[in-house]
Formats: sequence, structure tokens, C-alpha cells
Amino acid sequence: MRVFANLLQSLLYAPQRLVKQAYLVEFIRNTPDPDRGYALSALTGELSIQGVKAGLIRQIAYERCDSVLFDLSYDFVGDLAETVALIWPQNDNLYAEISVSEIITKLKTVSRIDARIVLKQWLDQMPEAQRWALLKLLTGGLRVGVSARMVRLALAQAYQTDVNDIEQIWPLIEPPYAELFNWLEGSADKPDAAGRAVFRPMMLAHPLLEPEIERLDFTSFQAEWKWDGARIQLVSGTDGVRLFSRSGDDISSTFPEIAKPLSWKGVIDGELLAGTPDQLGSFQQLQLRLNRKKPSSKLMSENPVFVRVYDILIDGDSDLRDNSLEHRRALLEAQMKSGLNVAYLDLSEILAEASFANLQIWREQCRAGGLIEGVMLKHKTSSYQAGRIKGSWYKWKRDPLTADLVILYAQRGHGRRSSFFSDFTLGAWAEDSKTDNKTGTQTGTQTGTKTGTATLLPVAKAYSGFSDDELKMLDKFVREHIVQKFGPVREVEKTLVVEIAFDSVQRSKRHKSGIATRFPRFKAIRWDKPANEANSVSDLIAMIDI
Amino acid sequence: MIDTSWLKISKPGLYVPPAYAHIDPVRAVDTAIITHGHADHARAGHGHVIATPETLAIMSARYGANFAAQQTALPYNQQLMLGDVNVKLIPAGHVLGSAQIVLEYANTKIIAAGDYKRRSDPTCRPFQVEHCDVFITEATFGLPVFAHPEPETQIKKLLEVQHLFPERSIIIGAYSLGKAQRLIALLREAGYDETIFIHGAMKKLCELYISFGIELGSLQTTPIGKIDNQQISLAGKFILAPPSAMGTKWAQRLSDPLVVSASGWMQVRQRAKQGGVELPLVISDHADWNDILRTIKEVNASEIWVTHGREDALIHACSQMGLSAKALSLIGYEDESE
Repeated sequence: MRVFANLLQSLLYAPQRLVKQAYLVEFIRNTPDPDRGYALSALTGELSIQGVKAGLIRQIAYERCDSVLFDLSYDFVGDLAETVALIWPQNDNLYAEISVSEIITKLKTVSRIDARIVLKQWLDQMPEAQRWALLKLLTGGLRVGVSARMVRLALAQAYQTDVNDIEQIWPLIEPPYAELFNWLEGSADKPDAAGRAVFRPMMLAHPLLEPEIERLDFTSFQAEWKWDGARIQLVSGTDGVRLFSRSGDDISSTFPEIAKPLSWKGVIDGELLAGTPDQLGSFQQLQLRLNRKKPSSKLMSENPVFVRVYDILIDGDSDLRDNSLEHRRALLEAQMKSGLNVAYLDLSEILAEASFANLQIWREQCRAGGLIEGVMLKHKTSSYQAGRIKGSWYKWKRDPLTADLVILYAQRGHGRRSSFFSDFTLGAWAEDSKTDNKTGTQTGTQTGTKTGTATLLPVAKAYSGFSDDELKMLDKFVREHIVQKFGPVREVEKTLVVEIAFDSVQRSKRHKSGIATRFPRFKAIRWDKPANEANSVSDLIAMIDI
Repeated sequence: MIDTSWLKISKPGLYVPPAYAHIDPVRAVDTAIITHGHADHARAGHGHVIATPETLAIMSARYGANFAAQQTALPYNQQLMLGDVNVKLIPAGHVLGSAQIVLEYANTKIIAAGDYKRRSDPTCRPFQVEHCDVFITEATFGLPVFAHPEPETQIKKLLEVQHLFPERSIIIGAYSLGKAQRLIALLREAGYDETIFIHGAMKKLCELYISFGIELGSLQTTPIGKIDNQQISLAGKFILAPPSAMGTKWAQRLSDPLVVSASGWMQVRQRAKQGGVELPLVISDHADWNDILRTIKEVNASEIWVTHGREDALIHACSQMGLSAKALSLIGYEDESE
């Protein structure tokens, strides 16, 4: 555990990606199996330990220290593992080295009650840094600034091999990745996905930035709408048909009408949308389906879905990923008329010749309705590679919507933002109060109830978009303007206006305001703007586009 | 029966009506008793300031000699009658000149401890324990997650890093008053005797510490111009700078800087991470959780008042110990003045 704890600390504080990767390479080269595989799986988020959940960890912490003090500490620190690690009574005399694989093997075999006992014993035997690493391992989500991609890059670097090979076999292997290491060390063949209905790593797009637009050679790019649905991969293999999410999760059972037998074999990439090709449904309708593991036939008939296909990775026995986009597109168009000619699959149309002028026109059209989030530009010669490849695929999102909202509540954040008030609930003026609330002094009004004539209703929760300096100023504002506390939530004086950017507005029955905003984030803090000049709920309702 | 009716909370801070004096007022008042020289406790513009000679010197260095019309130097453990109140200053162990204010009136003894710590600090007199009826404490680190290690272990880490990365400039973020001098003195105690480089903003206060007899060894103001011309290299050297200078051009001119921060907050990993710190050192000029509780027991007070910080937890712990405790919720004292 000592080596793993050191690795996590080094990764956490390493300022640059390359330094982090160097730490990983060193760890991969010097750590025995199966410890390294388990440790890496914790970093890629693929390690799942049954039986020890956050609730259990909290319980044993309550057994060792005062529950009120624990809750206050957790509220301040913002991270369960770190809170327990710090608060756990230290006993240097009990120290013992326990390996990562020992921990994982043990937890696989013990009962829930025994898990409690072993865990307490381990915590007693470890110094603080190891307690933290252990608890991070058990709760998942290490938050040390390492992506699964970086782990694979480090593996490639450690063994002087092509990262794409590692990407491709990744969906086939499981922690502690014995097959992978055997292949990397030359003692076994490369694991093979051919013909099997397993996930293939997806190609992703870079956001197109303004300075790049000027330099772009538009004639080499193919333009398509960027649909506002869920990215999926449909795989038809000898062992069945499966539907995967962007992150590689098997979502076949959620959409049985898509993941059903198909005589054609291969892999296609596309966007899952609500409705039918002729009659698109809203993103909200899609969400109804995404949240249901086993949909009823009623839900399925009321909320149909289909796939708008835009790429083909494998066609029958031929792996097309090294071919150009133009070539893949031609084959896709042909298959859409034969093997893929089914009602729930629809071809993504190619827009007219890409050009700077057209891009502006298309962008204008995005907000006209029809679930379009922006424009995709894909290089015609691009091969299909895992991850974001420079110069290959670009996404150009429409401009976000914005509104001026008032901060109602604040809560301390987690991870990078822990111990600062960084999670904000934001409100807009209710319809009936808009005309009468020009006094500008709504200090201390509780949301949802009326004081005089002014009522602010929550319409968004935002956690991001501010700089570190702005975060400090927001934190200070909250601490100095608390009206009352509800557990970890602080109600603040309704005086601070913030400009919020969001992707869209939807109707919502769950919220008193009747609306919800999608992906709201801070755009600017309007220290200068009085609260009574913030937007109203009806301003936001007018932005609903579908 | 103790009487506390003679100590009030006013807008500028704690107020002692029978002495006509405020304690660490956050805005200008007629008479102020100041615990220590940090800017949020010691402000300029009061009519009359009563403080230790060291604190007066610090205020004078920061605000100019005329920072208050009348200045009364009250050395540690000497009595002063202010109105009808007996006033005494005793060491708080926070920074040079820092004092607890001992007030006696109406058969009741109240100590306003200001900011204080119990760990070793070669640059100031250690905290003096004195019994009282009411003990007014801060709670900056008033949560059981804060258990500060001994500062020597942290200095060891710092010297290890210097050994490990001889090609990097080690830039340490530390407050100009107190933390900077304490780090220098701790490095000297650990046997480091080379020149330590300091940011220009720290020069005056380091000289002031030296004038009060604190040994800081060889110091040099960082000659940025010369670094630019590559006449000197600060690779492998320690450079101290105020936290505010860390993100600036000044810091970027150093070759491959390794950013260190020394503060009690560094114990919370994500908090250290937020500041872009590569080596967090847990060295605090405030008492940690156990030291606050120990102090509360030792002063033997029947009432505990909490000025600022994590008061909820401390009040809960006091009530568990059978002590009556309340939050004063004073505002204007920086949480970060670490």
C-alpha cells in the first residue's frame, strides 16, 4: 500500500501531464503483478469492489469518532476518503504493510460484516497517506488528475508499443489485466476482438476554436449536423448484438428495440435520438429512456428511439478503421441500403460543401429547433482512431444561451473545489413578482415563499465556469451573507447576480419553476447588477426551443 | 458568580465599555488593544493603540510611524489600568509580539487569546497558559481533521526535495509576517546555513525580526534583474515569497520553479491542489484541533467564546466536555491569514 499511496500523492500534486505520465511509467515498470494491474484499474475507474460502500465507511468512522464532529469535518473537507483518513486515530505501533492485491482478494471473499472488521483493522495499521489511498481505492473516483487514456499512454511508453493497440484490446481485458501484461511482455498473443460483440474505442472530436477556423482548409472536411442525442456504438457479432454508450457501458437492455438480432455483422457509430427519423423527439424524451434499465412496452411505444448512423468501423470481416472517412462513408451508404436497411437506423446527412460562410449559416440554423447542437467537421481522409486526434474531427457547438440569475443557496464542493462554497443554486423571478420587485432589497427572503411581492424560484444549479480567484470571491461572499443553514446547505442573501450560460431550457415537472436548464455554468459574476434586474422565469420559458 | 456584561460585540469587533477600548477592531476606533500585527487584526487609523513593543514596531513598519495618534507599548506581563479595567498582555506564540489580552473587571477575568499556537517557533515567545473565567479563542483549525505534524518533519521534507531536484528553484509561498521568518529559523535549526532568498516585500519585516534579536542567518533579496540577465541562477536555492507573488511574472522568471506552500490548510489535499502546490508543507501558526482542546482545558475557564473559524465543531466539543461555549461570529478576520 505504501507504493500505491506514494503514487497517488505524486500524481495528485504533479503539475504537468508529462510528469504524471512519468510517475505512471515508473510505477508500471517497478511494481509486481497483480498489484500493478489492480492499481491501474483503480486509476482507469474499472475496479469495482463489492461490499464496501460509502455508507459502510461512514458507519465505521462514526464508531471511532463523534458523529457530529465527523459530519462537520466531512462538510468542510468535501471528500469522504480524505475525511476518514485524516480523522482516524493514528497508532504508529500497529503499522503493517498490506498490498493492494491482498486487500482486493480479501474483500472478494469476506462477508459484509467481516469487511467491516478487516477495514477497521487495516485503517488502524496504516499511516494517514495509506489510509487515504485505501479509502480512495474502495470508494472509487481517485481524483488525482489521471484519465484512463493517460494510463494507456503510460503503458505504451513503458513497453515501447503503439497506444492504439492498447486502446483496441482494452475492452477485452479485466483487472488485473494478466492478458495485457502477458502480451506486452511477449509471453502470450495479443487478445483478439474479431467477430465478437465487444466495444471498440470511439473516436472523439476536438472543439473548434475561433483561431483555428481561420486556418482550416474547409474543402478537405465533411460537414454534418451535431445531433443533440446520446452517442452510441452498435455492434453485431457472432455472439449477439450489443449497444454501447460513449464510455463503453453495455446499454443493450435499455434499448431492446435497437439491440436486436441483425443478419449484418460489424460495428457502426451514431447518435441515439428520441422519436422517429421524420419526427424527432426532445432530449427529455430520450432521458426518460436513458434512465430506465428495463423499459416497459408502454414506455417504449410512447417514447420510441432510433439511431442516426454516421460511421462504420467494421463491415463483416473487414476492419475499416484504417481506411479514410470517404471510403468508410461510401461503404456505409451502401450498407444502409442493404444489410443496415432497417427502420430504426437512419443515415446522417452530409451538409453542403463546408465553407466559412456556410458554417455561419448553419450555426444560425442550430437554434431554429430540431435537436441540433452544432456542426461536426470531419477530415475526409481521417482514419478512425480512439480518442481525440488533432486535425481529424472537430465539433463546433452553437453559442450557449445566457441568463442573469440570483444566487439562492450554496454548498461546499467536492474534489478540486472541496472546502470552498462552490455549488450554487440559482433563481429567476416568478412571473407575478416581476413587475413589482423594483426595490432591489430582497435580503433574506426565503425562496418559494413570498416576502412582499418578490419570489425567486430555483432554475439552475451550477458548479463550474469560474476561475480560482472568482471561486475565492464567491466563497467569501457566501460566508459573509449566510441567512440560514439547512445541513450543509447555506441560504444566502438574495443580492448577487451571476450570468449563467446553458445549452438549453426544458419543461420540468420536478421543479417549482416548471423549467430546468441543461449544463448551466458560470459565465460572469455581475457584482454590479442589482438582483431585481435578474431574468424572470418567463424570460427562460421563451428560450425553450423544442 | 462571573459577570461578563462588560464585554460586548460591536460592529468593529469586541468592545470593552469600562475601558472604552476595542480589541483588534476591523475599522478605525478611538482606543484599540491589538493582539498581533497581521493586517486583519492590526489596522491603521485608530486614535490610540495599545500593544506589545514588537507589535507596535510591526505596525509602524507596515503603515508608517504615524499609524495611530497615540501609541502605548505594553510589554508582556505588565499591568495597565485602562478606565476601570486591568489589562495585561501575555505571549500567544503566534508571531513575534503576538499577545493574549488578559482583562480583569468586576471580579471576572477574561482572556482574548487572539490567534495562537502551541508548537515550537524559534521566532516568538511560547504561549503562556493562564487561568481565567472566560477564554476567547479562535477556531481557524477547529475540526478534528486538523492534526498538524511537528514542523521539524515538514522541514525535513523540504530539505529532501532540495536534494532530489538540485536543478529546480524551490519557491515557498509564506506570509511576510511570521510564517516567513519561522520557516527561515526552522531551516537554520535543521542545519541549513546557505543564503536564503526572499521576495522584496519581506525585507522590512525580516530586518525588524533581526532587530529584535531573532537569528535568521544570511538573507538576500531576490535580484530578479540579474536572474533575467542569467548572471545568477537560483537552482537548488530556497526562495520565499508572499502567496500573492506566487502566480506572478516574478515567480515565472525562476528556472523550473517547484512550488511549495506552508500552511495548516495544506493538510487537506484538494485544498493544496487548488493552489497549484507541488509540495504542500503542513506548518501552521494556529493551534490545531488537539491543541485548541488542550488549551481550553489548561486555562480552566468556565466559559468559552469562539471568535472565528470552524466554531460549530468547537462548540460541540466544548459542550461534550461540560463547558458552556458560544460563537461570537466576528466577521472581518480572514480565514486564510495563515
